[in-house]
Amino acid sequence: MKILVCISHVPDTTTKIKFDGNKLDENGVQFIIGPYDDYALARAVEIQGEKGATVTVLNVGTASTEPTIRKALAIGADDAIRVDAEPTDAMFVAQQIVAVAKAENYDMILMGRESSDFNGGLVHGLVGEMMGWPSIAPCMKLELNGDSATMAREIEGGKEYLEVGLPFVAGVQEPIAEWKIPNMRGIMMARKKPLKVIPPVEVEGVTEYQSFTLPEGKSECKIIDPDNIGELVNLLKNEAKVL
Amino acid sequence: MSVLVYVEADGGIVKKSSLEAVAYGAEIAKGAGSSAIAIATGTVAEAELANLGKFGASKILHVSDERLNDGGIQATANVVFQAAEKESAGTLVMARSSLVDAIASRVAIKLGASVVTNVVDLPDTSNGFVVKRGVYTGKAFANVAVPGDKKVITIAKNAISPVESGDAATVEAFSANLSDADFAVKRTKVEKAEGDILLPEADKVISGGRGLKAPENWGMIEELAKTLGAATACSKPVSDMEWRPHHEHVGQTGIKISPTLYIAVGISGAIQHLAGVNSSKVIVVINKDAEAPFFKAADYGIVGDAFEVVPKLTEAIKEVI
Ligand SMILES: Cc1cc2nc3c(=O)[nH]c(=O)nc-3n(C[C@H](O)[C@H](O)[C@H](O)COP(=O)(O)OP(=O)(O)OC[C@H]3O[C@@H](n4cnc5c(N)ncnc54)[C@H](O)[C@@H]3O)c2cc1C
Ligand SMILES: Nc1ncnc2c1ncn2[C@@H]1O[C@H](COP(=O)(O)O)[C@@H](O)[C@H]1O
Repeated sequence: MKILVCISHVPDTTTKIKFDGNKLDENGVQFIIGPYDDYALARAVEIQGEKGATVTVLNVGTASTEPTIRKALAIGADDAIRVDAEPTDAMFVAQQIVAVAKAENYDMILMGRESSDFNGGLVHGLVGEMMGWPSIAPCMKLELNGDSATMAREIEGGKEYLEVGLPFVAGVQEPIAEWKIPNMRGIMMARKKPLKVIPPVEVEGVTEYQSFTLPEGKSECKIIDPDNIGELVNLLKNEAKVL
Repeated sequence: MSVLVYVEADGGIVKKSSLEAVAYGAEIAKGAGSSAIAIATGTVAEAELANLGKFGASKILHVSDERLNDGGIQATANVVFQAAEKESAGTLVMARSSLVDAIASRVAIKLGASVVTNVVDLPDTSNGFVVKRGVYTGKAFANVAVPGDKKVITIAKNAISPVESGDAATVEAFSANLSDADFAVKRTKVEKAEGDILLPEADKVISGGRGLKAPENWGMIEELAKTLGAATACSKPVSDMEWRPHHEHVGQTGIKISPTLYIAVGISGAIQHLAGVNSSKVIVVINKDAEAPFFKAADYGIVGDAFEVVPKLTEAIKEVI
């Protein structure tokens, strides 16, 4: 069994986002494996333990993402591929993933339900459609039985259970697995694991991120005395007009 | 080129978010001097569909195939694609939902279209086609130029406020070509909280955090929610500990919501939590710690013990509504 796990390289979730002209101000920003992608990796490593799969991680990014890729190797992926390019949008990333996937026979492609920078929630469906495979997202449970899988997918107000034949693409979220923290041995081993760097394929018609804005800040919070709850109700009704 | 709007129904009733999508599509069509056509799938009442005319749809296509009631990703994507081809649609508009989030990308590939999700406002067409979308998990917005003459757009809640005007429109049966391959993914079971107000659609939301101490203390949260006609939500640790179901968890790794009123009870206001709720119109925070970071993101706050404040708030609200 061969599993491809796609990981993004994104600002740590506690980052205060600022921009430097037209791009993210990376000053002092810590980068991590996308939180959802980290779940995909964790589930893949579990399947590797249970069924003896090989797990390949794939990132579309510049050389600056290599520490993030090494971390994925330390968590337990067997090898890694980096497509050497700035990931400009979901379509661009998806085309790179498809180029890699078409050259190999993966049984499944796992990734996050969405990246925490672009938040497109698109790459899994784009890859699924281009591969001619089903794409399931957000997938919160994945159990393999032979050449099919049972999944739970989150829907409004609950979940649906699905029976999906291999191969497939899944965009995952918790509680599919627990995040794994690399141990010392994993970190040592990761240094020797293969990380292949390949050039990107050409992609046309991508969207263009022209500028960024920050949400308007809230004005001062009005503090209301807990012994005067009527005042809060009054403000909600007459000032904020939400009751 | 016309604008096609995918309309979703829940229990035979068109979702409010789909009305917004129709109004959004109609605005784009108006700007381009074309018309907006809606496509609905599965079992939906005819009158519900005809009513979409009042929100700007000139015609409604309906694929009544009952197999589509199961919300199949592959099959629905194929139907929407075929409708777009039939109507030579340039732009496809859909309101975000668990199904739409899953099909937008697939339809875009089938159409050879550019695709942008989570759009929060009408496009700026003064120079090309530029949309504003949420990025960095609600911490920022991006203005994105969408190239090409075919586009797929998914819109966030409140991207537009629809107003009812005009007349009912005609509903036309449409039969899409579907094969067994489109239904290869089988739905075996659904677990759904019936009757509750669904969180992603809710106009008001009451959310509880670890400060509530135990799952049995949610009675007062539910009571307040019932009084306000609100949905209930929670912070991540609360769903991780299984005090509340997973689909109630809001934030960076949970659902992102933008209700008009969000009341947070016993939630500290960690940046990952705020990421999912900071586009709420009005935020009220109830926390016993005056230093809780959530107060910085709130419009109104009460520093106090939730177990005393919440029941009193419920009573006070009952008096005015
Ligand atoms: C990668 C990542 C992703 C994450 N994603 C999310 C996410 O999507 N959503 C999310 O919510 N969190 C998320 N978190 C977790 C987040 O960092 C916080 O740990 C979490 O939001 C805290 O939940 P809480 O506010 O309920 O609990 P706590 O931080 O424990 O806060 C409890 C609050 O209750 C107050 N309190 C206690 N007793 C009372 C009382 N009697 N009356 C009133 N107030 C009281 C306390 O003063 C305190 O402020 C994520 C974390 C990481 C690392
Ligand atoms: N640059 C990238 N390299 C590899 N995988 C990516 C990249 N960007 C996004 N992905 C994967 O695609 C998923 C969905 O991303 P998005 O469509 O941008 O929300 C992410 O959770 C990742 O698993």
